[in-house]
Amino acid sequence: MSQSTASVITLNINGEKHTLPVDHRTTLLDALRERLDLTGTKKGCDQGQCGACTVLLDGRRAVSCLQLAVAAEGREITTIEGVADGEQLHPVQQAFLDLDGYQCGFCTPGQICSAIAMIEEHAAGWPSAVTADVRPEAEAAPLTAEEIRERMSGNLCRCGAYVSIVRAVARAAQADDAQQPPVSDELARLAGSEQKEGVA
Amino acid sequence: MREFGYQRVFDVPGAVALGADPEARYLGGGTNLVDLMKASVERPALLIDVRELPLDRIESTDDGGLHIGATVTNSDLAAHPEVRRRYPALAQAVLAGASGQLRNMATVGGNLLQRTRCAYFTDPARPCNKRNPGSGCAAVKGEHRNHAILGATEHCVAVHPSDMSVALAAFDARVTYETATGPGELPLTEFYLPVGDTPHLETALPPGALITGITLPPAPVAATSRYRKVRERASYAFAIGSVAAALDVQEGAVREVRLAFGAVASRPWRARAAERALTGAPATAEAFAAAADAELAAAKALPHNGYKVTLIRNLVVAVLTELTEEAAR
Repeated sequence: MSQSTASVITLNINGEKHTLPVDHRTTLLDALRERLDLTGTKKGCDQGQCGACTVLLDGRRAVSCLQLAVAAEGREITTIEGVADGEQLHPVQQAFLDLDGYQCGFCTPGQICSAIAMIEEHAAGWPSAVTADVRPEAEAAPLTAEEIRERMSGNLCRCGAYVSIVRAVARAAQADDAQQPPVSDELARLAGSEQKEGVA
Repeated sequence: MREFGYQRVFDVPGAVALGADPEARYLGGGTNLVDLMKASVERPALLIDVRELPLDRIESTDDGGLHIGATVTNSDLAAHPEVRRRYPALAQAVLAGASGQLRNMATVGGNLLQRTRCAYFTDPARPCNKRNPGSGCAAVKGEHRNHAILGATEHCVAVHPSDMSVALAAFDARVTYETATGPGELPLTEFYLPVGDTPHLETALPPGALITGITLPPAPVAATSRYRKVRERASYAFAIGSVAAALDVQEGAVREVRLAFGAVASRPWRARAAERALTGAPATAEAFAAAADAELAAAKALPHNGYKVTLIRNLVVAVLTELTEEAAR
Protein backbone atom coordinates (compact mmCIF):
# COMPACT_ATOMS: atom_id res chain seq x y z
CA MET A 1 0.00 0.00 0.00
CA SER A 2 1.47 3.32 -1.04
CA GLN A 3 0.67 6.07 1.43
CA SER A 4 1.32 9.77 1.15
CA THR A 5 3.80 10.80 3.82
CA ALA A 6 2.66 14.43 3.93
CA SER A 7 -0.66 16.24 4.27
CA VAL A 8 -2.07 19.73 4.16
CA ILE A 9 -3.58 20.33 7.58
CA THR A 10 -5.45 23.10 9.35
CA LEU A 11 -4.55 23.75 12.95
CA ASN A 12 -6.76 25.79 15.26
CA ILE A 13 -4.31 27.68 17.47
CA ASN A 14 -5.34 30.35 19.95
CA GLY A 15 -8.61 30.77 18.07
CA GLU A 16 -6.97 31.25 14.67
CA LYS A 17 -6.90 28.75 11.84
CA HIS A 18 -3.54 28.03 10.19
CA THR A 19 -3.37 25.90 7.05
CA LEU A 20 0.00 24.39 6.19
CA PRO A 21 1.53 21.38 4.47
CA VAL A 22 3.35 19.07 6.88
CA ASP A 23 5.51 15.99 6.61
CA HIS A 24 3.73 13.52 8.91
CA ARG A 25 6.85 13.30 11.05
CA THR A 26 6.39 16.91 12.18
CA THR A 27 5.53 17.25 15.84
CA LEU A 28 3.11 19.91 16.98
CA LEU A 29 6.05 21.51 18.80
CA ASP A 30 8.07 21.87 15.60
CA ALA A 31 5.04 23.07 13.64
CA LEU A 32 4.43 25.79 16.23
CA ARG A 33 8.03 26.93 16.48
CA GLU A 34 9.52 26.34 13.05
CA ARG A 35 6.53 26.81 10.77
CA LEU A 36 4.21 29.24 12.53
CA ASP A 37 6.73 31.36 14.45
CA LEU A 38 4.97 30.66 17.74
CA THR A 39 8.22 30.32 19.65
CA GLY A 40 6.78 30.80 23.13
CA THR A 41 6.45 27.03 23.40
CA LYS A 42 9.94 25.71 24.23
CA LYS A 43 11.80 22.60 23.15
CA GLY A 44 13.60 21.10 26.13
CA CYS A 45 14.19 17.36 25.96
CA ASP A 46 12.01 16.61 22.90
CA GLN A 47 11.14 13.24 24.44
CA GLY A 48 8.29 13.92 26.84
CA GLN A 49 10.38 14.12 29.97
CA CYS A 50 10.68 17.83 30.84
CA GLY A 51 7.35 19.57 30.15
CA ALA A 52 8.87 22.70 28.58
CA CYS A 53 6.71 22.20 25.48
CA THR A 54 3.41 21.97 27.38
CA VAL A 55 0.39 23.38 25.55
CA LEU A 56 -3.36 22.93 26.02
CA LEU A 57 -5.22 20.57 23.70
CA ASP A 58 -9.00 20.99 23.98
CA GLY A 59 -8.26 22.68 27.31
CA ARG A 60 -6.11 19.87 28.72
CA ARG A 61 -2.36 20.08 29.17
CA ALA A 62 -0.22 17.95 26.87
CA VAL A 63 3.39 17.80 25.75
CA SER A 64 3.60 19.04 22.15
CA CYS A 65 6.88 17.18 21.46
CA LEU A 66 5.11 13.80 21.42
CA GLN A 67 2.02 15.11 19.65
CA LEU A 68 2.15 14.72 15.88
CA ALA A 69 0.90 17.89 14.15
CA VAL A 70 -1.22 15.89 11.72
CA ALA A 71 -2.99 14.21 14.64
CA ALA A 72 -3.73 17.61 16.23
CA GLU A 73 -5.94 18.68 13.33
CA GLY A 74 -9.45 19.41 14.57
CA ARG A 75 -8.38 20.08 18.13
CA GLU A 76 -8.38 23.40 19.94
CA ILE A 77 -4.74 24.25 20.61
CA THR A 78 -3.80 26.92 23.15
CA THR A 79 -0.19 28.02 23.53
CA ILE A 80 1.41 30.47 25.95
CA GLU A 81 0.76 33.18 23.31
CA GLY A 82 -2.97 32.57 23.72
CA VAL A 83 -3.58 32.43 27.46
CA ALA A 84 -3.79 36.16 28.19
CA ASP A 85 -6.98 38.13 27.59
CA GLY A 86 -5.63 40.82 25.28
CA GLU A 87 -3.32 43.00 27.38
CA GLN A 88 -4.68 41.43 30.59
CA LEU A 89 -2.32 38.67 31.71
CA HIS A 90 -3.76 35.35 32.78
CA PRO A 91 -3.86 35.15 36.61
CA VAL A 92 -1.25 32.36 36.49
CA GLN A 93 1.06 34.54 34.37
CA GLN A 94 0.58 37.45 36.77
CA ALA A 95 1.31 35.24 39.79
CA PHE A 96 4.54 33.93 38.21
CA LEU A 97 5.62 37.53 37.56
CA ASP A 98 4.66 38.78 41.03
CA LEU A 99 6.33 35.93 42.89
CA ASP A 100 9.36 35.30 40.63
CA GLY A 101 8.25 31.82 39.59
CA TYR A 102 11.36 31.36 37.44
CA GLN A 103 15.02 32.18 37.02
CA CYS A 104 16.11 31.80 33.38
CA GLY A 105 12.53 31.53 32.14
CA PHE A 106 13.00 28.70 29.65
CA CYS A 107 10.59 26.30 31.37
CA THR A 108 8.15 29.09 32.27
CA PRO A 109 5.72 28.90 29.30
CA GLY A 110 5.33 25.18 29.94
CA GLN A 111 5.00 25.72 33.68
CA ILE A 112 2.28 28.32 33.14
CA CYS A 113 0.27 26.27 30.64
CA SER A 114 0.59 23.27 32.92
CA ALA A 115 -0.49 25.23 36.00
CA ILE A 116 -3.54 26.69 34.25
CA ALA A 117 -4.81 23.20 33.47
CA MET A 118 -3.68 21.76 36.79
CA ILE A 119 -5.76 24.28 38.73
CA GLU A 120 -8.79 23.29 36.65
CA GLU A 121 -8.12 19.58 37.21
CA HIS A 122 -8.07 20.11 40.95
CA ALA A 123 -11.25 22.18 40.81
CA ALA A 124 -12.90 19.33 38.89
CA GLY A 125 -12.13 16.99 41.78
CA TRP A 126 -9.40 14.92 40.13
CA PRO A 127 -7.30 13.13 42.75
CA SER A 128 -3.51 12.88 42.52
CA ALA A 129 -0.87 10.36 43.55
CA VAL A 130 -0.52 12.08 46.93
CA THR A 131 -4.27 12.28 47.62
CA ALA A 132 -4.77 10.17 50.76
CA ASP A 133 -8.12 8.69 49.75
CA VAL A 134 -9.09 8.62 46.07
CA ARG A 135 -12.62 7.33 46.64
CA PRO A 136 -15.32 9.76 45.50
CA GLU A 137 -16.98 9.58 48.93
CA ALA A 138 -13.84 10.95 50.57
CA GLU A 139 -13.97 14.62 51.38
CA ALA A 140 -12.25 16.50 48.58
CA ALA A 141 -8.83 17.56 49.81
CA PRO A 142 -7.85 21.22 49.62
CA LEU A 143 -4.89 22.10 47.45
CA THR A 144 -1.67 21.84 49.47
CA ALA A 145 1.96 22.46 48.61
CA GLU A 146 2.43 18.69 48.44
CA GLU A 147 -0.45 18.41 45.97
CA ILE A 148 0.96 21.21 43.80
CA ARG A 149 4.39 19.60 43.74
CA GLU A 150 2.97 16.24 42.71
CA ARG A 151 0.58 17.67 40.13
CA MET A 152 3.30 19.89 38.61
CA SER A 153 5.95 17.14 38.59
CA GLY A 154 5.78 16.87 34.80
CA ASN A 155 7.46 20.29 34.51
CA LEU A 156 11.14 20.32 35.34
CA CYS A 157 13.01 23.53 36.17
CA ARG A 158 16.77 23.22 35.85
CA CYS A 159 17.28 26.47 37.75
CA GLY A 160 15.45 24.91 40.65
CA ALA A 161 12.93 27.72 41.05
CA TYR A 162 10.40 25.29 42.46
CA VAL A 163 9.89 27.15 45.72
CA SER A 164 8.65 30.23 43.89
CA ILE A 165 6.76 28.18 41.33
CA VAL A 166 4.74 26.48 44.08
CA ARG A 167 3.96 29.86 45.61
CA ALA A 168 2.90 31.29 42.26
CA VAL A 169 0.63 28.35 41.51
CA ALA A 170 -0.82 28.65 45.01
CA ARG A 171 -1.47 32.36 44.49
CA ALA A 172 -3.27 31.72 41.21
CA ALA A 173 -5.30 28.85 42.66
CA GLN A 174 -6.28 31.01 45.61
CA ALA A 175 -7.63 33.65 43.24
CA ASP A 176 -9.65 31.06 41.32
CA ASP A 177 -13.29 31.01 42.46
CA ALA A 178 -13.77 27.55 41.01
CA GLN A 179 -11.51 25.94 43.62
CA GLN A 180 -13.82 23.74 45.69
CA PRO A 181 -12.47 23.09 48.23
CA PRO A 182 -10.22 26.15 48.29
CA VAL A 183 -6.51 26.01 48.97
CA SER A 184 -5.33 24.92 52.41
CA ASP A 185 -4.57 27.50 55.09
CA GLU A 186 -0.89 26.62 54.88
CA LEU A 187 -0.95 27.30 51.17
CA ALA A 188 -2.87 30.53 51.53
CA ARG A 189 -0.10 31.75 53.83
CA LEU A 190 2.57 30.68 51.35
CA ALA A 191 0.82 32.51 48.56
CA GLY A 192 0.49 35.70 50.54
CA SER A 193 2.48 38.55 49.00
CA GLU A 194 4.08 39.53 52.32
CA GLN A 195 5.29 36.02 52.92
CA LYS A 196 9.01 35.78 52.18
CA GLU A 197 9.99 32.29 53.26
CA GLY A 198 9.77 29.42 50.84
CA VAL A 199 7.91 26.16 50.85
CA ALA A 200 9.67 23.35 52.61
CA MET B 1 12.59 8.86 11.62
CA ARG B 2 11.22 6.86 8.73
CA GLU B 3 8.54 8.57 6.64
CA PHE B 4 5.04 7.23 7.20
CA GLY B 5 1.46 7.48 6.04
CA TYR B 6 -1.28 8.66 8.39
CA GLN B 7 -4.91 7.62 8.46
CA ARG B 8 -7.50 8.72 10.96
CA VAL B 9 -10.21 6.12 11.51
CA PHE B 10 -13.71 6.56 12.90
CA ASP B 11 -14.98 2.99 13.22
CA VAL B 12 -13.45 -0.27 14.40
CA PRO B 13 -13.93 -2.25 11.15
CA GLY B 14 -12.13 0.52 9.27
CA ALA B 15 -9.29 0.41 11.78
CA VAL B 16 -8.72 -3.36 11.66
CA ALA B 17 -8.94 -3.37 7.85
CA LEU B 18 -5.96 -0.99 7.74
CA GLY B 19 -4.30 -2.83 10.64
CA ALA B 20 -3.80 -5.91 8.47
CA ASP B 21 -0.71 -4.15 7.04
CA PRO B 22 2.18 -5.61 9.07
CA GLU B 23 4.03 -2.28 8.80
CA ALA B 24 1.12 -0.35 10.32
CA ARG B 25 0.81 0.68 13.96
CA TYR B 26 -2.21 1.99 15.83
CA LEU B 27 -1.63 5.47 17.24
CA GLY B 28 -3.33 6.39 20.51
CA GLY B 29 -1.78 9.16 22.57
CA GLY B 30 1.61 8.52 21.00
CA THR B 31 3.44 9.07 24.28
CA ASN B 32 5.49 5.91 23.82
CA LEU B 33 5.16 5.15 20.10
CA VAL B 34 6.18 8.60 18.84
CA ASP B 35 9.10 8.63 21.26
CA LEU B 36 10.28 5.23 19.96
CA MET B 37 9.82 6.39 16.36
CA LYS B 38 12.13 9.33 17.04
CA ALA B 39 14.74 6.84 18.27
CA SER B 40 14.15 4.58 15.21
CA VAL B 41 13.22 1.70 17.51
CA GLU B 42 9.76 1.70 15.91
CA ARG B 43 9.68 2.23 12.14
CA PRO B 44 6.06 1.97 10.97
CA ALA B 45 5.10 2.73 7.37
CA LEU B 46 1.58 3.70 8.40
CA LEU B 47 0.03 5.17 11.53
CA ILE B 48 -3.66 4.45 12.10
CA ASP B 49 -4.94 7.15 14.44
CA VAL B 50 -7.55 5.50 16.67
CA ARG B 51 -8.27 8.40 19.01
CA GLU B 52 -11.62 9.16 17.43
CA LEU B 53 -12.95 5.62 17.61
CA PRO B 54 -16.10 5.30 19.73
CA LEU B 55 -14.13 3.49 22.46
CA ASP B 56 -13.88 6.36 24.94
CA ARG B 57 -16.48 5.26 27.49
CA ILE B 58 -16.33 3.66 30.93
CA GLU B 59 -19.51 1.69 31.56
CA SER B 60 -20.86 -0.60 34.26
CA THR B 61 -21.42 -4.15 33.08
CA ASP B 62 -24.60 -6.15 33.87
CA ASP B 63 -22.77 -8.30 36.42
CA GLY B 64 -21.49 -5.27 38.37
CA GLY B 65 -18.07 -4.92 36.79
CA LEU B 66 -16.73 -2.19 34.54
CA HIS B 67 -15.83 -1.99 30.89
CA ILE B 68 -13.17 0.58 30.00
CA GLY B 69 -12.85 1.59 26.36
CA ALA B 70 -9.40 1.40 24.77
CA THR B 71 -9.21 5.11 23.94
CA VAL B 72 -10.13 6.31 27.45
CA THR B 73 -7.24 8.45 28.59
CA ASN B 74 -5.28 7.65 31.73
CA SER B 75 -6.61 10.90 33.23
CA ASP B 76 -10.24 10.02 32.63
CA LEU B 77 -9.71 6.51 33.94
CA ALA B 78 -8.16 7.75 37.19
CA ALA B 79 -10.81 10.46 37.68
CA HIS B 80 -13.81 8.19 37.08
CA PRO B 81 -15.97 7.86 40.24
CA GLU B 82 -16.76 4.15 39.73
CA VAL B 83 -13.09 3.28 39.21
CA ARG B 84 -12.17 5.20 42.37
CA ARG B 85 -15.04 3.62 44.34
CA ARG B 86 -14.81 -0.02 43.24
CA TYR B 87 -11.13 -0.39 42.29
CA PRO B 88 -9.24 2.38 44.12
CA ALA B 89 -5.86 0.68 43.53
CA LEU B 90 -6.43 1.04 39.80
CA ALA B 91 -6.97 4.79 40.09
CA GLN B 92 -3.90 5.04 42.35
CA ALA B 93 -1.78 3.02 39.92
CA VAL B 94 -2.69 5.24 36.99
CA LEU B 95 -2.06 8.39 39.03
CA ALA B 96 1.35 7.04 40.06
CA GLY B 97 2.46 6.88 36.43
CA ALA B 98 3.95 9.59 34.21
CA SER B 99 2.82 13.23 34.55
CA GLY B 100 -0.43 15.16 34.25
CA GLN B 101 0.40 16.01 30.64
CA LEU B 102 1.19 12.43 29.64
CA ARG B 103 -1.84 11.02 31.44
CA ASN B 104 -4.04 13.39 29.43
CA MET B 105 -2.60 12.02 26.19
CA ALA B 106 -2.01 8.34 26.93
CA THR B 107 -4.77 5.80 26.33
CA VAL B 108 -5.65 2.58 28.10
CA GLY B 109 -4.94 0.47 25.00
CA GLY B 110 -1.58 2.10 24.50
CA ASN B 111 -0.73 1.73 28.17
CA LEU B 112 -1.08 -2.06 27.85
CA LEU B 113 1.16 -2.08 24.79
CA GLN B 114 3.90 0.25 25.98
CA ARG B 115 7.41 -1.06 25.64
CA THR B 116 10.11 -1.54 28.21
CA ARG B 117 12.24 1.44 29.21
CA CYS B 118 15.39 -0.75 29.28
CA ALA B 119 18.07 1.63 28.00
CA TYR B 120 19.52 -1.06 25.73
CA PHE B 121 16.15 -1.57 24.06
CA THR B 122 15.82 2.13 23.28
CA ASP B 123 19.37 2.46 21.90
CA PRO B 124 19.62 0.94 18.39
CA ALA B 125 23.43 1.01 18.65
CA ARG B 126 23.36 -1.70 21.35
CA PRO B 127 22.50 -5.38 21.19
CA CYS B 128 18.96 -6.25 22.35
CA ASN B 129 17.06 -9.48 21.71
CA LYS B 130 13.75 -7.68 22.09
CA ARG B 131 14.52 -5.06 19.45
CA ASN B 132 16.81 -7.13 17.26
CA PRO B 133 16.26 -10.88 17.87
CA GLY B 134 19.46 -12.88 18.13
CA SER B 135 21.70 -9.87 18.83
CA GLY B 136 22.06 -10.72 22.52
CA CYS B 137 21.10 -9.05 25.79
CA ALA B 138 23.42 -6.26 26.88
CA ALA B 139 21.63 -5.84 30.20
CA VAL B 140 22.48 -9.26 31.67
CA LYS B 141 26.13 -8.23 32.05
CA GLY B 142 25.53 -4.49 31.92
CA GLU B 143 23.33 -1.93 33.68
CA HIS B 144 20.49 -3.94 35.16
CA ARG B 145 19.79 -2.26 38.47
CA ASN B 146 16.13 -1.89 37.50
CA HIS B 147 15.69 -5.18 35.68
CA ALA B 148 13.69 -8.32 36.33
CA ILE B 149 13.95 -10.71 39.26
CA LEU B 150 11.05 -12.95 38.23
CA GLY B 151 10.32 -14.79 34.98
CA ALA B 152 13.37 -13.50 33.11
CA THR B 153 15.74 -15.59 30.99
CA GLU B 154 19.29 -15.09 29.73
CA HIS B 155 17.68 -13.75 26.55
CA CYS B 156 16.00 -10.75 28.19
CA VAL B 157 15.76 -9.28 31.68
CA ALA B 158 13.68 -6.19 30.87
CA VAL B 159 10.68 -5.15 32.97
CA HIS B 160 7.28 -3.97 31.81
CA PRO B 161 6.83 -0.29 32.73
CA SER B 162 3.05 -0.04 33.21
CA ASP B 163 1.64 0.79 36.63
CA MET B 164 -1.95 0.39 35.43
CA SER B 165 -1.38 -3.20 34.31
CA VAL B 166 -0.26 -4.23 37.80
CA ALA B 167 -3.60 -3.26 39.30
CA LEU B 168 -5.44 -4.82 36.36
CA ALA B 169 -3.58 -8.10 36.92
CA ALA B 170 -4.66 -8.14 40.56
CA PHE B 171 -8.30 -7.61 39.57
CA ASP B 172 -8.52 -10.36 36.91
CA ALA B 173 -9.05 -7.88 34.07
CA ARG B 174 -9.71 -9.19 30.57
CA VAL B 175 -8.48 -7.49 27.41
CA THR B 176 -11.00 -7.34 24.57
CA TYR B 177 -9.86 -6.93 20.98
CA GLU B 178 -11.11 -6.94 17.43
CA THR B 179 -9.58 -8.51 14.33
CA ALA B 180 -10.61 -8.65 10.69
CA THR B 181 -12.12 -12.08 11.43
CA GLY B 182 -13.97 -11.13 14.61
CA PRO B 183 -13.56 -10.20 18.25
CA GLY B 184 -11.52 -11.93 20.93
CA GLU B 185 -10.62 -11.71 24.59
CA LEU B 186 -7.59 -12.52 26.75
CA PRO B 187 -7.16 -12.53 30.53
CA LEU B 188 -4.61 -9.85 31.37
CA THR B 189 -2.45 -12.45 33.13
CA GLU B 190 -2.16 -14.32 29.79
CA PHE B 191 -1.99 -11.20 27.63
CA TYR B 192 1.79 -10.88 28.03
CA LEU B 193 3.81 -13.86 26.79
CA PRO B 194 6.52 -15.55 28.85
CA VAL B 195 10.00 -14.31 27.88
CA GLY B 196 11.50 -17.69 26.94
CA ASP B 197 13.88 -17.31 24.02
CA THR B 198 11.52 -14.97 22.14
CA PRO B 199 11.53 -11.68 24.07
CA HIS B 200 10.54 -9.84 20.89
CA LEU B 201 7.12 -11.55 21.04
CA GLU B 202 5.44 -9.60 23.82
CA THR B 203 1.69 -10.21 23.69
CA ALA B 204 -0.74 -12.96 22.72
CA LEU B 205 -2.71 -10.54 20.51
CA PRO B 206 -3.23 -11.91 16.98
CA PRO B 207 -1.43 -9.93 14.25
CA GLY B 208 -3.26 -6.71 13.39
CA ALA B 209 -5.61 -6.98 16.38
CA LEU B 210 -6.97 -3.72 17.80
CA ILE B 211 -7.47 -3.56 21.55
CA THR B 212 -11.04 -2.32 22.09
CA GLY B 213 -11.11 -2.25 25.87
CA ILE B 214 -10.64 -3.84 29.26
CA THR B 215 -13.31 -5.63 31.25
CA LEU B 216 -13.04 -5.67 35.03
CA PRO B 217 -15.16 -8.38 36.63
CA PRO B 218 -16.97 -7.48 39.85
CA ALA B 219 -14.58 -7.84 42.79
CA PRO B 220 -15.95 -6.67 46.16
CA VAL B 221 -12.49 -7.22 47.68
CA ALA B 222 -11.13 -4.51 45.36
CA ALA B 223 -13.00 -1.82 47.29
CA THR B 224 -10.28 -2.21 49.94
CA SER B 225 -7.25 -1.99 47.72
CA ARG B 226 -4.09 0.01 47.37
CA TYR B 227 -1.24 0.57 44.92
CA ARG B 228 2.13 1.56 46.27
CA LYS B 229 5.04 2.43 44.04
CA VAL B 230 8.68 2.97 44.92
CA ARG B 231 10.86 5.02 42.59
CA GLU B 232 14.15 6.85 42.70
CA ARG B 233 12.54 10.27 43.03
CA ALA B 234 9.26 11.33 44.59
CA SER B 235 7.28 11.65 41.37
CA TYR B 236 7.35 11.30 37.59
CA ALA B 237 9.59 8.25 37.32
CA PHE B 238 9.15 4.59 36.52
CA ALA B 239 8.88 2.14 39.38
CA ILE B 240 11.79 0.21 40.79
CA GLY B 241 9.16 -1.89 42.53
CA SER B 242 5.42 -1.69 43.13
CA VAL B 243 2.61 -3.66 44.69
CA ALA B 244 -1.12 -3.69 43.99
CA ALA B 245 -3.08 -5.37 46.75
CA ALA B 246 -6.66 -5.94 47.84
CA LEU B 247 -7.58 -7.51 51.14
CA ASP B 248 -10.65 -8.82 52.93
CA VAL B 249 -10.06 -9.60 56.60
CA GLN B 250 -12.74 -11.29 58.71
CA GLU B 251 -12.18 -11.81 62.45
CA GLY B 252 -8.47 -11.39 62.11
CA ALA B 253 -8.06 -13.89 59.27
CA VAL B 254 -7.52 -13.28 55.57
CA ARG B 255 -10.71 -14.19 53.73
CA GLU B 256 -9.56 -13.02 50.31
CA VAL B 257 -6.40 -11.36 49.04
CA ARG B 258 -5.19 -10.12 45.66
CA LEU B 259 -1.53 -9.32 45.06
CA ALA B 260 0.41 -8.26 41.99
CA PHE B 261 3.93 -6.86 41.66
CA GLY B 262 5.27 -4.28 39.20
CA ALA B 263 8.79 -3.59 37.85
CA VAL B 264 9.94 -7.13 38.66
CA ALA B 265 9.21 -8.98 35.41
CA SER B 266 8.48 -8.61 31.70
CA ARG B 267 4.79 -8.44 32.67
CA PRO B 268 2.72 -7.49 35.70
CA TRP B 269 3.36 -10.30 38.16
CA ARG B 270 0.27 -11.79 39.73
CA ALA B 271 1.50 -13.29 42.99
CA ARG B 272 -0.66 -16.39 43.20
CA ALA B 273 1.70 -18.34 45.47
CA ALA B 274 1.54 -15.50 47.98
CA GLU B 275 -2.25 -15.36 47.69
CA ARG B 276 -2.52 -19.12 48.35
CA ALA B 277 -0.21 -18.87 51.33
CA LEU B 278 -2.24 -16.05 52.84
CA THR B 279 -5.81 -17.18 52.28
CA GLY B 280 -7.13 -18.29 55.67
CA ALA B 281 -3.95 -17.18 57.44
CA PRO B 282 -3.96 -14.67 60.27
CA ALA B 283 -3.73 -11.06 59.07
CA THR B 284 -0.37 -10.39 60.71
CA ALA B 285 2.90 -8.90 59.50
CA GLU B 286 4.56 -12.32 59.99
CA ALA B 287 2.03 -14.02 57.74
CA PHE B 288 2.31 -11.26 55.15
CA ALA B 289 6.10 -11.64 55.09
CA ALA B 290 5.85 -15.43 54.82
CA ALA B 291 3.46 -15.05 51.88
CA ALA B 292 5.84 -12.66 50.14
CA ASP B 293 8.67 -15.13 50.71
CA ALA B 294 6.57 -17.91 49.17
CA GLU B 295 6.24 -15.86 45.98
CA LEU B 296 9.80 -14.57 45.97
CA ALA B 297 11.30 -18.04 46.43
CA ALA B 298 11.35 -18.16 42.63
CA ALA B 299 13.21 -14.84 42.35
CA LYS B 300 16.57 -14.86 40.58
CA ALA B 301 18.46 -11.68 41.22
CA LEU B 302 21.19 -10.36 38.94
CA PRO B 303 24.38 -8.88 40.48
CA HIS B 304 22.88 -5.39 40.78
CA ASN B 305 19.16 -5.84 41.43
CA GLY B 306 19.01 -8.08 44.48
CA TYR B 307 17.59 -5.18 46.47
CA LYS B 308 14.29 -5.70 44.66
CA VAL B 309 13.64 -8.96 46.52
CA THR B 310 13.81 -7.14 49.86
CA LEU B 311 11.94 -4.15 48.48
CA ILE B 312 8.98 -6.20 47.26
CA ARG B 313 8.87 -8.21 50.49
CA ASN B 314 8.78 -5.01 52.54
CA LEU B 315 6.16 -3.46 50.25
CA VAL B 316 3.89 -6.48 50.60
CA VAL B 317 4.07 -6.31 54.40
CA ALA B 318 3.53 -2.53 54.45
CA VAL B 319 0.60 -2.44 52.04
CA LEU B 320 -1.22 -5.43 53.54
CA THR B 321 -0.72 -4.01 57.03
CA GLU B 322 -2.21 -0.69 55.87
CA LEU B 323 -5.16 -2.46 54.29
CA THR B 324 -5.74 -4.49 57.45
CA GLU B 325 -5.88 -1.26 59.43
CA GLU B 326 -8.15 0.32 56.84
CA ALA B 327 -10.53 -2.66 56.98
CA ALA B 328 -10.69 -2.40 60.79
CA ARG B 329 -11.85 1.23 60.63
